[in-house]
Amino acid sequence: MSELPLTRNVRPDRSPTDLAAYEANGGYQGLRRAMAGMSPADCLEVVKDSNLRGRGGAGFPTGMKWSFVPMENVSPGHKYLICNADEMEPGTFKDRMLLECDPHQLIEGMILAAYTIGADVAYIFIRAEYLKAARLLREAIAEAKIRNYLGHDILGSGYSLAMHVHASAGRYICGEETALISSLEGKRANPRAKPPFPQVSGLWGRPTIVNNVETLCNIPHIIERGPEWFASLGRGDDAGTKLFGVSGRVNNPGCWEMPMGTTIREILEDKAGGMVAGYGLKGFLPGGGSTDFLVEEHLDLPMEYETIGKAGSRMGTGTMIVLDDKTCPVGFVKNLIEFFAQESCGFCTPCRDGLPWNAQVLDDIEEGRGTPEDLDTLEQHISYIGAIGNTHCALAPGAMEPLQSALKYFREDFQRHIDGGACPYREAH
Amino acid sequence: MPVIKVDGKDYEVAEGGNLLESCLGLGLDLPYFCWHPAMGSIGACRQCAVVQYQNEEDTRGRIVMACMTPVTDGAIFDLSGERASGFRQTVVESLMVDHPHDCPVCAEGGECHLQDMTVMTGHRDRHYRGTKKTYRNQYLGPLIHHEMNRCITCYRCTRFYRDYAGGTDLAALAAHDHVYFGRHREGTLESPFAGNLVEVCPTGVFTDKSLVHDYTRKWDLQSAPSVCTSCGVGCNTLPGERYGRLKRIHNRYNPAVNGYFLCDRGRFGGTHVNAESRIDFPAQRDSEGRFQALTDEACARALRDRLQGKRLAGIGSPRAGAEANLLLQRLVGAENYASGMADDEHALMQRALAHLVNSTAHNPSLREIESADAVLLLGEDLTHTAARTALALRQAVRNEAHRLAEELRLAPWQDAAIRNLAQDRRSPLHVVCAGSTDLDDIAAGHYRLVAADQARLASDIAAIIRGEARSDGAAARIAADLLAAERPLVLSGPGAGSAALLDGAAAIAEALVAAGKAAMLSFTAAECNSMGQALLCRDSHIALAALASTDAEVLIILENDLLRRLPMASVEALRARIPTWIGIDCLENDTLARCDLVLPAAAFTETEATYINQEGRAQRAFPTHPPAEARRPAWRWLLDLARAAGDRTLSGIGHFDDIGVTLAGEDPLLQGIASAAPDHSFRSRGLKIPRQPHRYSGRTAMRADVSVHEPRQTDDADSALAFSMEGSATTDRPGALLSYVWSPGWNSNQSLHKFQSEIGGALRGEGSGLRLLDSLAVAAATPAPLPEAFSRREQEWLLQARHHLFGSDELSRLGSGIEALTGRAAIYLHPEDASRLGLEAGDGAVIAGAALEVRLDPSQVPGSAGFSTGYPETLALRSGEWVNIDVASDWQRQPELIGSDRGAAS
Ligand SMILES: Cc1cc2nc3c(=O)[nH]c(=O)nc-3n(C[C@H](O)[C@H](O)[C@H](O)COP(=O)(O)O)c2cc1C
Ligand code: SF4
Ligand code: SF4
Ligand code: SF4
Ligand code: FES
Repeated sequence: MSELPLTRNVRPDRSPTDLAAYEANGGYQGLRRAMAGMSPADCLEVVKDSNLRGRGGAGFPTGMKWSFVPMENVSPGHKYLICNADEMEPGTFKDRMLLECDPHQLIEGMILAAYTIGADVAYIFIRAEYLKAARLLREAIAEAKIRNYLGHDILGSGYSLAMHVHASAGRYICGEETALISSLEGKRANPRAKPPFPQVSGLWGRPTIVNNVETLCNIPHIIERGPEWFASLGRGDDAGTKLFGVSGRVNNPGCWEMPMGTTIREILEDKAGGMVAGYGLKGFLPGGGSTDFLVEEHLDLPMEYETIGKAGSRMGTGTMIVLDDKTCPVGFVKNLIEFFAQESCGFCTPCRDGLPWNAQVLDDIEEGRGTPEDLDTLEQHISYIGAIGNTHCALAPGAMEPLQSALKYFREDFQRHIDGGACPYREAH
Repeated sequence: MPVIKVDGKDYEVAEGGNLLESCLGLGLDLPYFCWHPAMGSIGACRQCAVVQYQNEEDTRGRIVMACMTPVTDGAIFDLSGERASGFRQTVVESLMVDHPHDCPVCAEGGECHLQDMTVMTGHRDRHYRGTKKTYRNQYLGPLIHHEMNRCITCYRCTRFYRDYAGGTDLAALAAHDHVYFGRHREGTLESPFAGNLVEVCPTGVFTDKSLVHDYTRKWDLQSAPSVCTSCGVGCNTLPGERYGRLKRIHNRYNPAVNGYFLCDRGRFGGTHVNAESRIDFPAQRDSEGRFQALTDEACARALRDRLQGKRLAGIGSPRAGAEANLLLQRLVGAENYASGMADDEHALMQRALAHLVNSTAHNPSLREIESADAVLLLGEDLTHTAARTALALRQAVRNEAHRLAEELRLAPWQDAAIRNLAQDRRSPLHVVCAGSTDLDDIAAGHYRLVAADQARLASDIAAIIRGEARSDGAAARIAADLLAAERPLVLSGPGAGSAALLDGAAAIAEALVAAGKAAMLSFTAAECNSMGQALLCRDSHIALAALASTDAEVLIILENDLLRRLPMASVEALRARIPTWIGIDCLENDTLARCDLVLPAAAFTETEATYINQEGRAQRAFPTHPPAEARRPAWRWLLDLARAAGDRTLSGIGHFDDIGVTLAGEDPLLQGIASAAPDHSFRSRGLKIPRQPHRYSGRTAMRADVSVHEPRQTDDADSALAFSMEGSATTDRPGALLSYVWSPGWNSNQSLHKFQSEIGGALRGEGSGLRLLDSLAVAAATPAPLPEAFSRREQEWLLQARHHLFGSDELSRLGSGIEALTGRAAIYLHPEDASRLGLEAGDGAVIAGAALEVRLDPSQVPGSAGFSTGYPETLALRSGEWVNIDVASDWQRQPELIGSDRGAAS
């Protein structure tokens, strides 16, 4: 089996890896290497060459994102690195494993990232419920400071970095990077229009990079082992490994590190153990609650950004939610839309007032009160809310993805609700 | 200039704008909610969506928000196609999901931007079947009514209240489709600009409380261009009248002055004209001292009896129009005419005028004040003495943000982006005042000094800028900030009562000009025509205190309560000295009570008048409606007085414009006043300009209890406006004659853009008053001696006036709702001084006979005492006097009301 760097310190009992254990297993070697003689530009080059793409959902090339941070002629002041550990996407629980099992890996990655972009302050913005992870991170930061991996003049390099853990107040929208920044500033967690991008005007109006936990955890390995090695980890076009997860009526729900390009079938069957007896696979959201359904025919596709995109969905966070054939797809989608409606920040009209409207229509359909025109309303809302750019941020288009693909693949189920005036799945139980 | 294609047609548009502004400027109707011409874009409502194509080959295009899209050369947009208009329809439909559809009982109805936009998008049928949610409304004080169910969540209110006006107690609360715009708990909105919410909110969430209770639709309001008479800034207003009552005051756009916003004193203070204490008929005191109403004839006779062959003296008024003052001055002779300001204030205004005219620094308009990149404010708690100017300073300190934005090439309308970029980096504002001020929150430095020390500091700053002195204290910091700027502004005023301070301000501005800066110098003025009175009396004038030593037999008092200007003893002495007093005023007061003959004046909403603001800008106000009962404009009474006195020089004056024509002669001041607005002969397309919108209803019904025949409309021979709905109401009529704003499909005040030649810029019909000081010569002021530094005394306290937006001004304090906000007159003490005196907050203290409520304020300079100036209780107190402070016996402490009680009480 190929190498799995991200989870190499994850123990079967999920107990945290402390500093000693982390170092003993080769930890902080990437940092030592960089501090001993790599310039920020060198580090950037390596990360760019590695083809690492963001693991927070959008898959933006990390090196390219970093390269937009102004390095020369910047007006005096701070630059910031923010680790996005908000992880509230429905069905997503991958960052949690990295946070709880190997906090130093993240910290090392953040120091390297901050060094590369010239940031002097770093924040870990962590989901409110991740109390254990927040505690472990605070402890790990204290340990790292003692060893001079953090703080003033890191390892004698002349580079200094302060790192703080900030617990979110608990809204999904805080995971959207610009809303996260607003929230960190103590304001309403409303997303911001781009441009200007955070790379030039982010936290407190200063250059800022926001990266996902998993993205940052890759950095120490890339710096230590080089881009070619990283590229070789992937099975296909995409470099590195990825944490994949499965939830739903499978035998062994969970989260595993596997090479990029692993097929969906391998993940579902080999790792998740296939469907629970008596349940069939109806469809699945490949990358979390805000990605489009894929179905049986897609099972042999490799989990790769382009491939999944071409199939009509998104890699998203790489954590699948499985819809079985005994669960009502209308109710399934309604549940998600209700979540997103509830989590809308309330800034822009289509999302704030459109999502609850869709939830209401889906509720009527599910309860047997639907009309044929309701399907038109849903279709209309898909083009109204579902396109990037129609709304102020990507929450609403994401929210519409499961609905839009459910109408494509499971339209018959919607029709049966309307025709029969009741939910056909209720009798099945 | 870039050329863009909209719906297949090429248009040339202004560089650097956004598509929404450009479309509106081109006359294309594109619906919007969250964008505001003065506040820029945030992209929240998604109402202004259009389709943009990458190039001619692009057939798919994508939806973009016009307000967030810069216009670039060659850009291609589809505004009216099915995709764009369908999207906009759905936006309105989703905004309306929870809307209560209570238009018939909504005070916004008929001028509601939501109604207009709903019609404009073509949305008609409701598809949503769910229930509507219902909010609990809040009590927000006596001025503003709250009805949250009508909210469409456009965020305009909080953007205005917090971002633009610096308020903190109104916020967007909660999230998703429960966002709530209100306060954390019920209570009076704290911002002095809260009233603008009524106009900023595109629906009926925030409405004018007095209008809600005394209701009229916009289309049934008669209105005329007017000028706020509640302070010296001279904001342009649109009072609206029906049934002879002033129903409300709205902002009247003037690009050089108030732009889109008023302060709450101006917006709500005007309803004093509806007060019970209005004088209706001329009256004469009978042998028992009671007033007896006079018929027209009896009045004319009484005037003749009292005036013919008599030696006259006159007291004018800084709150009366220039024309009435001028007539009085001519009638009694300039040497027998007092400006009507208190003597010390008169001297300060003369000094301010001399500095403004003679300074090489620029005397800025309010709009220009917003362009200052460093500000020194000397001796004024500006939010309370010239509130709208304080709002302008809140914009000036954002010039640093705009500078930072330019570096990132962010357009000025990218409001959220610029605020996020700049955060709290501001252009420097230094505030020097006797206590804390309501601009301290944005000040780079604030310095609490009594007036004498303010003047000394100003003098030091000037010396440092001239290079004659050095220091490393406050003066040096302030000087450095002013010198680092390109357009520094020095702003002071008569509020601190110090001549040396005005000299210091002028000296600083002069030194800045010498240092190569495009420096600006501005002074506030207390009342709407204080500057006009300074100008009128620039050559000749008699002090109020000197009137008692003249041989005048008749004293004519124009719109002035002398008890606000002179100590009681002096008023009594004057009364004893001059046998006949004739008073002209609109509301009862203690001066009228001492007059032998009282003439009822038309209020500011009932008369034509020119007011000259602190900048020296002459602006014309027109009567909104004819005065009722026997009330007449003061200028008409004065013509009657002249006739009665046998004065021939004024006999050629028939109507208002004749005053200027007859009396101006070679005087550039009077010529300027006369040309402040188009005269009565002006016609638009050959017609007069209506004061009533074309949908004005009930002309017959309104007085059907009297007669069922439609009455003839009152003729207005004095102006180009008509008390009628007939006439020509084009969008290019002169700004000075903008009686209401309306355009087909645009029933709300958002129709204003149809009247502008550039969004947020000049009016198509031009005309924003006339600046007078640029062309006048006035002798330079002799420097005032620099006062001794302040040192406290053992048993005495130095009085320092504190101005209150609600309360310090004579008439606005009587506006409906405002009475509840003026509070008790108070004395402000440093806590240590108070404890020395054995006083606590809420106790009573007696100062010079007046019992005042004690307030503790750590920002009060120890050894000094602030007092609420302009309150009936404090008229005897003067800034700069030393007084004893005693504990008031039998003082009733104010009971503390909680918000909900107040709500129930209102
Ligand atoms: C509604 C919404 C929620 C999001 N939540 C998260 C999140 O919880 N964690 C995360 O890493 N990214 C989240 N993102 C993506 C971030 O905006 C951002 O793209 C990401 O943190 C960038 O990191 P990466 O480049 O390392 O992927 C969210 C995006 C949206 C639109
Ligand atoms: S789509 Fe709009 S309302 Fe929804 S979360 Fe984003 S900004 Fe807020
Ligand atoms: S209260 Fe008015 S201004 Fe404020 S968000 Fe609602 S509709 Fe907009
Ligand atoms: S600032 Fe002065 S002139 Fe303007 S509205 Fe307020 S009181 Fe009236
Ligand atoms: S006006 Fe453009 S999004 Fe609101």
